[in-house]
Amino acid sequence: MQKTAAVLAVVVMVLAGINYVNAAENSGLLQIEGSTTVGPIADAFAEVFKTKYQNATFTVKKTGSGDGAAALIDGRCDIATMSRFMKAEEIKKAVDKDIFPTIHAVAMDGVAIIVHPSNPVGELTRQQIHDIYVGKITNWKELGGADMPIVPITRDSSSGTFEVFNEKIMNKDKMAANVETVNANPQAQARVKSTEGAIAYVGLAFLEGCKALKIDGIVCTKGTVQQGIYPVSRPLFFFTNGFPEPGTIKFDFCTFHLTEKGQEIIEAKGFVPLTNY
Amino acid sequence: MKFNKPDISIKAAGFARPLLLTPAEDIRGWLFMHAGRLLFFLITCTSVVSVFLIFTFITREAFGFVICKTPIQTLGRLWEFFTSPRWYPEAQQAEFGALSLIVGSFYVTSGALMLAVPAGLLAAMFLSDIAPFAIRQICKPVIEILAAIPSVAYGFFAVLVVAPWLQTHLGLTTGTNALNASIMLAIMAVPTIVSVADDAMTATGTYIREASYALGATRAETLIKVVIPAAHSGIIAAIILGMMRAIGETMVVWMAAGNASQIPAPWWNIASAVRTMTATIAGDMGETVKGSDHYHALFMAGFTLLAMTFILNLVSEYFLSQAKKISVAKRK
Repeated sequence: MQKTAAVLAVVVMVLAGINYVNAAENSGLLQIEGSTTVGPIADAFAEVFKTKYQNATFTVKKTGSGDGAAALIDGRCDIATMSRFMKAEEIKKAVDKDIFPTIHAVAMDGVAIIVHPSNPVGELTRQQIHDIYVGKITNWKELGGADMPIVPITRDSSSGTFEVFNEKIMNKDKMAANVETVNANPQAQARVKSTEGAIAYVGLAFLEGCKALKIDGIVCTKGTVQQGIYPVSRPLFFFTNGFPEPGTIKFDFCTFHLTEKGQEIIEAKGFVPLTNY
Repeated sequence: MKFNKPDISIKAAGFARPLLLTPAEDIRGWLFMHAGRLLFFLITCTSVVSVFLIFTFITREAFGFVICKTPIQTLGRLWEFFTSPRWYPEAQQAEFGALSLIVGSFYVTSGALMLAVPAGLLAAMFLSDIAPFAIRQICKPVIEILAAIPSVAYGFFAVLVVAPWLQTHLGLTTGTNALNASIMLAIMAVPTIVSVADDAMTATGTYIREASYALGATRAETLIKVVIPAAHSGIIAAIILGMMRAIGETMVVWMAAGNASQIPAPWWNIASAVRTMTATIAGDMGETVKGSDHYHALFMAGFTLLAMTFILNLVSEYFLSQAKKISVAKRK
């Protein structure tokens, strides 16, 4: 009787041991925090990883790039998603805490400037768009178009699209009071589609029914955004503490954007993958 | 006389329980009754307490905006908030002038009332005094369904149908503007106005109408000169409730009003895009850092809104209680 119990105990311990080994490989908690723009990519990646690593748990918080950096520095997350590079003081703080921020560029975020398809204006400079949004240019005829008031449309200032536009075109200048605000890409698209004098900016997935303008002579396509020559675009990043150990989930996660599936996901979310498959 | 303990085996017809309870049962019953009462009291309290908590929370957060180091700065803040139309809360030199937002709320609300009040009151008159019973039975529930449609559905309708229509048929430069939002809010306020005004007019009773007919008044005269004056308190309450519905609405104005923080120029230009307080709070709150000036400024806007609706609510309560008094007095 006692013998049986002892054998059983050994078997249980061995099984637990095997389980433990498996757990180390396949489970764990991967905490991701940061940008609201990169968040959807991380979310979609995590969705795929949930089926790949059934014992692991993934949490994706979308609070803002600054919060992501702070969380990485405090050791509260494994991967910080950021729509900008880390600031010097953030990196300094991290190194002081023995954390070495390591960058993984996962995608490009391009913003197209769109107008109504009937609008004869096909090309604008960044300065001209800036002047439209600060209220210096108010009629399309000043830009070689028809005599028609311009209806400038912007996004709510919490959106990543607004951030890119604000940075690359507006130079963070205040917009004029008559600029209308919408709170989603499809809504901006719908307004431009139905309004002849409208101008707006959207992610690259929302061009259907509108005309994307050439900016500084460069057409807005996936290719120009990918090559980094289209001016209204920016890279999106994952930051980790050091380069992740190969073979870990974290490593898999940070290199997933290089796989075909990863690129498909990035494109489906309205961003441009950095690699061509 | 010897006191005989009542025979507890006597049972009331159909009841299995004895008529006399033992002291333990008595105490248990008493406890259960009071525990039940307490439970109901607490449940009722949660809504009362939550109103108080909302008040204190919003007031406290709004005070964070107002209170500065010196009283002069405080006055400056308030002066800017209520008189400057420049709303740039996230800019490097932030400006918190909410006048354009207050004016925007005022425009869409008054525009909605101009459309909804005549329509609502005429519909209420029809339902209470003119319509045959069968039509009334069908119409009233259908009108009330209008109130049950989610506001985001109205918003989509405003952006995808009304806005292009305004542009192509009225030649407006932009279709999402004060007029569009007013039309949407009017549609949403009509059910409130109709049902409250109709209730008030129905509550005036038949005898007052019969007295009027007996004096030789026609149906139209009775309606206009007798029923409406008698029901005026309820009608005013209906209008105020409709107004509260319009002023507090968020999703529709966020989608339909265009959200340009400007005061229409010239003042009657309802075809220009405006931005309301509710839309600003809803649109900006997600991005603000908790405890920042922008955050407190949004609560200040919320506080202004709360103060306005609170006053409106008090006024409508007053008129509704007047209406009740009138109908009770008549019944006597």
